[in-house]
Amino acid sequence: MGGWTGKILRVDLTRRSVKVEPLNIAWARDFIGGRGLGARYLFAEMDPRVDALSPDNKLIFATGPLTGTNASCGARYMVVTKGALTGAITTSNSGGHWGPELKFAGYDMVIVEGKAPEPMYLWIYDDEVEIRSARHLWGRTTWETEDLIREESGVPDAVVASIGPAGERLVRFACIINDRHRAAGRSGVGAVMGSKNLKAIAVRGTRGVALAEPKAFLEATWTAKARMAKNPVTGSGFAKFGTLATMDPINEVGALPTFNHQQGQFEGVQQIGAGALKKSGRLLTNKACFACTIACGRVTKVTGGGVERYTIYTSRKNWRMAAEGPEYENAWSLGADCGIADQDAILMANYLCNELGMDPISMGVTVAAAMELYEKGVLTEEQCGIALRFGSGGALLKMVEDTGWRRGIGAELAEGAMRLTARFGHPELFMGVKGQEFPAYDPRGLQGMGLGYATSNRGACHLRAFTAGAEVFGKMDRTATDGKAELTKKLQDTGAGSYDASGLCSFVDSAIGPKDVVPMLAAATGLPYTVEEILKIGERIHNLERLFNLRAGFTAKDDTLPRRMLAEPTPSGPSAGMVNRLAEMLPRYYEIRGWDADGRPTPAKLADLGLA
Amino acid sequence: MAHRMLRIVPEKCTGCMQCELACSFVQTGAFQPSRSVIRVHLFDEQASYAPYTCFQCREAWCMTACPVNAIAVNLATGAKVVLEQTCVGCALCTIACPFGTMFYNPDTKKAFKCNLCEGDPACARACPTAAIVYEAAAPDWMTPWADKVHSRYLEAVSSSS
Repeated sequence: MGGWTGKILRVDLTRRSVKVEPLNIAWARDFIGGRGLGARYLFAEMDPRVDALSPDNKLIFATGPLTGTNASCGARYMVVTKGALTGAITTSNSGGHWGPELKFAGYDMVIVEGKAPEPMYLWIYDDEVEIRSARHLWGRTTWETEDLIREESGVPDAVVASIGPAGERLVRFACIINDRHRAAGRSGVGAVMGSKNLKAIAVRGTRGVALAEPKAFLEATWTAKARMAKNPVTGSGFAKFGTLATMDPINEVGALPTFNHQQGQFEGVQQIGAGALKKSGRLLTNKACFACTIACGRVTKVTGGGVERYTIYTSRKNWRMAAEGPEYENAWSLGADCGIADQDAILMANYLCNELGMDPISMGVTVAAAMELYEKGVLTEEQCGIALRFGSGGALLKMVEDTGWRRGIGAELAEGAMRLTARFGHPELFMGVKGQEFPAYDPRGLQGMGLGYATSNRGACHLRAFTAGAEVFGKMDRTATDGKAELTKKLQDTGAGSYDASGLCSFVDSAIGPKDVVPMLAAATGLPYTVEEILKIGERIHNLERLFNLRAGFTAKDDTLPRRMLAEPTPSGPSAGMVNRLAEMLPRYYEIRGWDADGRPTPAKLADLGLA
Repeated sequence: MAHRMLRIVPEKCTGCMQCELACSFVQTGAFQPSRSVIRVHLFDEQASYAPYTCFQCREAWCMTACPVNAIAVNLATGAKVVLEQTCVGCALCTIACPFGTMFYNPDTKKAFKCNLCEGDPACARACPTAAIVYEAAAPDWMTPWADKVHSRYLEAVSSSS
């Protein structure tokens, strides 16, 4: 057997104990790894009704069989837990070097339970696993934490995944950061970690990831890499422009949410896109995660005088150095959605989110909601400490810092846009699903994205069913609802089974698909996986997550979109007059999923998937 | 005839570690970067990434330091190679090498280093951006770079006095 190391680490913070357990191989076969395997363990071991921020919640770090191999983009690990932002199951994915390093140390997963009586961090160096005090690290940013742990341990190659001040302060969309700029970003996995008083997990691994059939594995990975090199997106587009390449085309169809999703086009789009990043000299180079042959990471620097214009209090020395970002999502959430056309402000807010450990998507959309509250006169300048107007870079940066440290009005923003808008009497201004803020695609102009958001198991998410690929870059009519249920289901199952469970980055999907992933998985594990089986595993994972959410108290009523998306037409631009017609798609989606009218998987479907 | 050499082009490196993975696979049959003899350094704050490995020095200090003559020259490739049967695992070579490209394997208790994969280096084949190329190079190909470093050093010395 190969691919899997066959061992998992179970860490009980309450009892301060660490156990090495054999991996449940039957589950590994049926759920592969990462998102699937993590969800299987969580579902089996935990009551979905527990409070996400209580010691009863479990925090699982799960790699896949391809993590740590030379499969292109085999860098990923998944954080699986009950999300602090959503109360739903979440599976938050990150690249960089942490996942591979955990495999090299000899473990497929880490399951963290309970709550430490005081700040602790977990140290893993192959067989040496220790729970160490993190009192001196509490209050430090993620970047400082990484440096300090490497320094005090004397192991410069240790890879650290940590929370920042935001996670410590239970900001509901706090994330877990590794390698300074890589984030298990969404749903508040960092707040769950903070609630356990766990500051970081530092890993150094010196062992190898072995394969069942090495020769066949190399052939499969080389074939996939060759395909990716030839593809215009994975071969050159993402290296040159990063994910920011997406901004212009989405703006052109009028689906770039602007001013808290009031409009679908942003006037300042030219100033915050991929072209501006390069021309202004802010883009220094591109960077890859472990084993990635795409290299979409943006290595940038604040060059437009932002350091002089804006006042930042968090680790000011960093502002002269190179850092990473922005992705398209961040440039949109911190930019267009807040009406901000100053790229320096976006970069600085992006770096701040990484240092403080917050999801920039939720941060930006929450600031946008606060800005709309301010412009409606609900929030005042006195409350916010600044004129919280759309377009103000200074206001954005102040809100980001105040939220990360939970200061002033930041303590309200730290609860996320759903709770913020409800607290001030305007719940209709929350732009998201199941408590999680929308990403960068307006579902009024892209019908399929609306269905994907409404039915994603972790709340609004663009990565679970990226229908925009077919609706903007492909041949499907973005304004039609026909076929969107089928497309959404197909993308959800394909993503879950082939990338999220195997340890690959979902960005490979422009060039390769299940038929390329299957030979890699089969040669790595020695199990005769087929394309049909991988898709079925994807469906199994999606349904298992759904069962978790149903038990946690979610119902079909939660598979919906905000009123603005359903009833307030886009005011202008190429998507003018459109709303999302979710009601035309959702019943069909339930039907092809094998779910009843209340969105519950039928016994026959569960039996078919082996989940009965 | 000049031998081919591993030429590193750091500006093209994205820090993806495919070279380390390929190298360790050759060494161990598994993916194990800690056993790779090419290492990538990530200088994140300077936005610079660079693989480095053995230069196959003409005047190889590892060879000079070895007390049992366990490092020999492969005449076909010019690579300095460790003779496993002869190596006694004293690790003197790892101290002698000025570039840190001699390694010690605690499992086998032997030294190991880049042997240019018998003339078909796996790292160069695996690099997706051609940041590592195996090509003919003049024996003094590093001279311009060395001159630059040397003049910078002289400047620093003269300005500080």
